[in-house]
Amino acid sequence: MQKPIADVFTWPADDPQLLGGRCEGCGAVTFPAQSRCPRCGVLGMTELPLPRRGTLVSWTTQAFPPSFDYMGDPTGASFEPFGVGLVQLDDVVRVESRLTESDPDKIDFGMAVELRIVPFYVDKDGNEIITFAFAPVGAQNNKER
Amino acid sequence: MDDVAIIGVGLHPFGRHGDKTAFEMGAEAVELALTDAGVPWNDVEYAFGGSWEVAQTDPLTSLLGLTGIPFVNVFNACATGAATIQQAANAILAGAGEIVVAVGMDKHPRGSFKVDPTLTNVPAWYGENGQFVTTKFFGMKINKYMHDYGVSSATLAKVAAKNYRNGALNPKAFRRKPISEEEILSSPVLNYPLTSYMFCAPDEGAAAVVLCRADIAHRYTDTPVYVKATAIRTRNYGAYEVSTTWAAVEEDVAPTVYASRAAYEEAGIGPEDVDVIQLQDTDAGAEVIHMAENGFCADGEQEKLLADAATEITGPMPVNTDGGLIANGEPIGASGLRQVHELVLQLRGQAGDRQVQGDPQVGYAQVYGAPGTAAVTILAR
Repeated sequence: MQKPIADVFTWPADDPQLLGGRCEGCGAVTFPAQSRCPRCGVLGMTELPLPRRGTLVSWTTQAFPPSFDYMGDPTGASFEPFGVGLVQLDDVVRVESRLTESDPDKIDFGMAVELRIVPFYVDKDGNEIITFAFAPVGAQNNKER
Repeated sequence: MDDVAIIGVGLHPFGRHGDKTAFEMGAEAVELALTDAGVPWNDVEYAFGGSWEVAQTDPLTSLLGLTGIPFVNVFNACATGAATIQQAANAILAGAGEIVVAVGMDKHPRGSFKVDPTLTNVPAWYGENGQFVTTKFFGMKINKYMHDYGVSSATLAKVAAKNYRNGALNPKAFRRKPISEEEILSSPVLNYPLTSYMFCAPDEGAAAVVLCRADIAHRYTDTPVYVKATAIRTRNYGAYEVSTTWAAVEEDVAPTVYASRAAYEEAGIGPEDVDVIQLQDTDAGAEVIHMAENGFCADGEQEKLLADAATEITGPMPVNTDGGLIANGEPIGASGLRQVHELVLQLRGQAGDRQVQGDPQVGYAQVYGAPGTAAVTILAR
């Protein structure tokens, strides 16, 4: 069975979206949603599906296995480097995310990217855990859907 | 502020020390600082201690003397050492004690820091996704900075090579071997564009400082160093910092900028008045960015300043004269106090082979850590 890594994007969905939160008082947007507004402190933010496309504000690569509880390589035997980016979704919010691309020569500042939901790992009960990542707009990748 | 003086500093070497415990290292650092000040532990009226790895630091009293004094634990991640100095200074200003000790100590396992993200108010999936990695934040920050301001990888290598070179002059440093710019650039990339030799590593060590009311400092030393300012700041809305899932579209400057401005204002001086500088060099890129965030240059000027060797011990703005974090590693609780230890030696003219010439009068120390906490300490003769 397929399971999202967390309840932070719409799924199942033909056009999945990350789920943010919007402050009713001041309009601040967070990802994921949280109970209190980080700008004005008001309690009670409403769920806001976020734009699926954005541009890359900054990026790096993760070339060594993250230590604590990284699930992309639970055995430590098959680590694959991945990209990480700060993505601006229209003028709504910036989100930090994995990128489907990890080659520095194929990633650039201001690049147009779009949300993908990708297979991540298989848990101990045999479920396929899926997570979110951003891909260059138009990129083809057989791991994506 | 001119009411608090530093009369003693002590540092247990940073590095790897086998079975020696954090408490043993901490006790040695305090004893060195007390000896330096000429003050017995029995005269200390208040203490503040910081550490990541030990549950609490006050059991140090069982090694130093069970005198019953108030001993308060302080933790602000990489800014912990600066926070203990601020607390100690504030305790003196509040009249809670005339002689106060600030101590930091740590003994980290090898490898990058490990912690449950939910203990820092970050969702579990952030760690499971592989995003709970402090070094990747630094990679993203310097990557954008280099893109925006035309700073090259060669400049990052110059920064790291300088710090290894300075570490070679420091008998208490962890890394004491110079490493060439070519080796630094060709070491494996950990988080693009940062390579392995551009990063500091967690390690072990301790540092301590003895502070007192300024008007009694001359009882203990002919060379008191005054605490002119201490400032700590967290994130403002709009800052994109370590360990965060999102940031606002409207950008604000990093907490270091706010801490720096507040410290200059409190000290009544500007960056042009500073003679010796200590900056948080978690990686070479952080030192480059922190030069500008602390007012020592404009964004992008670092490229020319490093080419001109401006931040060398012999340059006009010496940065990380003891090798910084890159050569000393980072025992988190002790790191900010190591900076103060180095500044005090420099201002007293006791820094040996790495002494800044020209009779330096003002020292500046900055630390920065997760989840976006910065602290600045300004010291002067």
